[in-house]
Amino acid sequence: MVRFEDVSKRFGATAAVDRLSLDIFPGEFFALLGPSGCGKTTLLRMLAGFETPDEGRILLDGSDIAAVPPHRRPVNMMFQSYALFPHLTVAGNIAFGLRQEGLPKTEIAERVGAMMALLQLGRLGERRPDQLSGGQRQRVALARSLVKRPRVLLLDEPMAALDRKLREETQFELMDLQARLGLTFVIVTHDQEEAMKVADRIGVMNHGRLVQVALPEEIYEKPNSRWVADFIGDVNLIEGRVTVADADGVVVEAAEGIRFQADATDGAKTGETVWVALRPEKIAIASITDGKRADALYGEVLEIGYRGDVSVYKVRLDNGLVMKAAAANTMRRVAQPFGCNDRVVLSWARDAVAVLTR
Amino acid sequence: MKRSWSMILVVAVPYLWLAAFFLVPFLIVLKISLSQTALAQPPYLPVLDLAAGWRGLRGFVTALSLEGYALLFSDPLYLFSYLKSLAIGAGATAILLLLGFPLAYALARTPQPAQGVLLVLVVLPFWTSFLIRIYAWMNILQRDGLLNGALQALGVVDAPIPWLATDAAVMIGLVYSYLPFMVLPLYASLQKMDTALLEAAADLGAPAWKTFWLVTVPLARPGIVAGSLLCFIPIVGEFVIPDLLGGSQSLMIGQTLWIEFFGNKDWPVASALAVALLAVLLVPIVLYQRQQMRALEGGR
Repeated sequence: MVRFEDVSKRFGATAAVDRLSLDIFPGEFFALLGPSGCGKTTLLRMLAGFETPDEGRILLDGSDIAAVPPHRRPVNMMFQSYALFPHLTVAGNIAFGLRQEGLPKTEIAERVGAMMALLQLGRLGERRPDQLSGGQRQRVALARSLVKRPRVLLLDEPMAALDRKLREETQFELMDLQARLGLTFVIVTHDQEEAMKVADRIGVMNHGRLVQVALPEEIYEKPNSRWVADFIGDVNLIEGRVTVADADGVVVEAAEGIRFQADATDGAKTGETVWVALRPEKIAIASITDGKRADALYGEVLEIGYRGDVSVYKVRLDNGLVMKAAAANTMRRVAQPFGCNDRVVLSWARDAVAVLTR
Repeated sequence: MKRSWSMILVVAVPYLWLAAFFLVPFLIVLKISLSQTALAQPPYLPVLDLAAGWRGLRGFVTALSLEGYALLFSDPLYLFSYLKSLAIGAGATAILLLLGFPLAYALARTPQPAQGVLLVLVVLPFWTSFLIRIYAWMNILQRDGLLNGALQALGVVDAPIPWLATDAAVMIGLVYSYLPFMVLPLYASLQKMDTALLEAAADLGAPAWKTFWLVTVPLARPGIVAGSLLCFIPIVGEFVIPDLLGGSQSLMIGQTLWIEFFGNKDWPVASALAVALLAVLLVPIVLYQRQQMRALEGGR
């Protein structure tokens, strides 16, 4: 559907997008995820036509769209600031794009009405943008860009201005809308939770390049690099050397003397420096009850981060390494199971360990 | 909220100022406009004699007449002056808008350090006396002045064009003098505009010229109205520019007023002219005030 071929865009000396290639498939909800300044918005703006690539091609349905000005592109964008026309009513804003197509008045009214019903904007038609709440403005912006039935809908940080609760509701609505309309959505966001929740596929960007393009689960569970593992979610990253690497698995020995066993990993060769990635929620934390276990690590709680649903414990192991372990708070209790300076034992399953070669 | 004395004082001082230096003089003008000319000092009758008490006041009121106003309608010269002033005001305002809009737009879109410098340049002419600048224009526009010299040197014209004492000269002077008053309000409203709105319009299928009419102009409307009225109102009553650059064949209302007052010593007619001018300009002034109120409410 959309194909970026070796696209580059420079602003002065810095490359906002650097020889990037990407395919986005029809009907897909694709998320471009990255820290601010990684070039994700520039990529989106090139697709909309507000920026022109310095190199490379952008294909839409197989044809190069370089020569097509923004107002002729069959893509629509929902702006981060919403960019609602302050001098027009809600209905006027939504109808703006259809009026440009020169459609008959009855059809415009019909489609605007249908879109307002779809986004539950029912009685707000005659209001002006400054008379709306943030959530309502967001819906109007969404309605305005959807009513043209774009081939691709571009969403630039669409929920950045909403509070958390509203954001979560809107995320589900957006997924529902995308599934119902069967459109291709491309969302730009710096919020990894949002990307993982709404998207079918995520492209993680950094420094103008795609670092990893994969399903949300793959991005989280099988990051292809330290950078992705660290950017997505919380992780313990430990440097070590491969001591064993065969078909049965990999053994990594960290500087502190801990040995991590993991499943066989491509590219991990004996003697090389690698990084072990262990998500805190995959580490079990327990108080020391019975005798020492060989596969477990002992340590002392340094800090507790209580988040309500889970608590994150920072533990200093006896060999000096500090690791984070998360435990779901399955019981209603005010007194936490472990306190600071408590002796605890950490353990994890072998397949929780990811070995990263870069 | 409890009103303190200092609050009342802050509000009262400008109102007292306006009452003393605007309302009272205006009432005097209104009174003179209802009087009749006389070969006397002051050159009109009746004169209010407060020493005569109640009888004096009654005699004064009965002696008032609308003769001055009747004269305005009897002589087409006055009507012509008004129409001419309004026409020049409208014409100059239109030219100012056409020149000022692109200028203000470019100014508002210039990146920051340069924008400040350009803005200062727009206001820079105010640092020189207005009168000196108009005298300079007399110099430029005269028969062997800079403009004719340049035109002849470029071979555009063979013989010098008599610019001075024409309506064209008045127009040049007006447009030159009032340009900042047009540019500044336009700049203020264009500068506030979010450029994402222009992108949104393009994204929704509007080509550049349509975006201009459907988004830029409506959003600049407060600036357009403010700038136009800020120019139109004083231009209609303008005296110095038409007097120095214009001819004597057709007069703007300011000149007619001056002649009646100082030339003919007909204070009542001159005052009636002034009151009538105010009545004519009341409409745009009220429009301007309403626009300002709305801009204040909208701006929050």
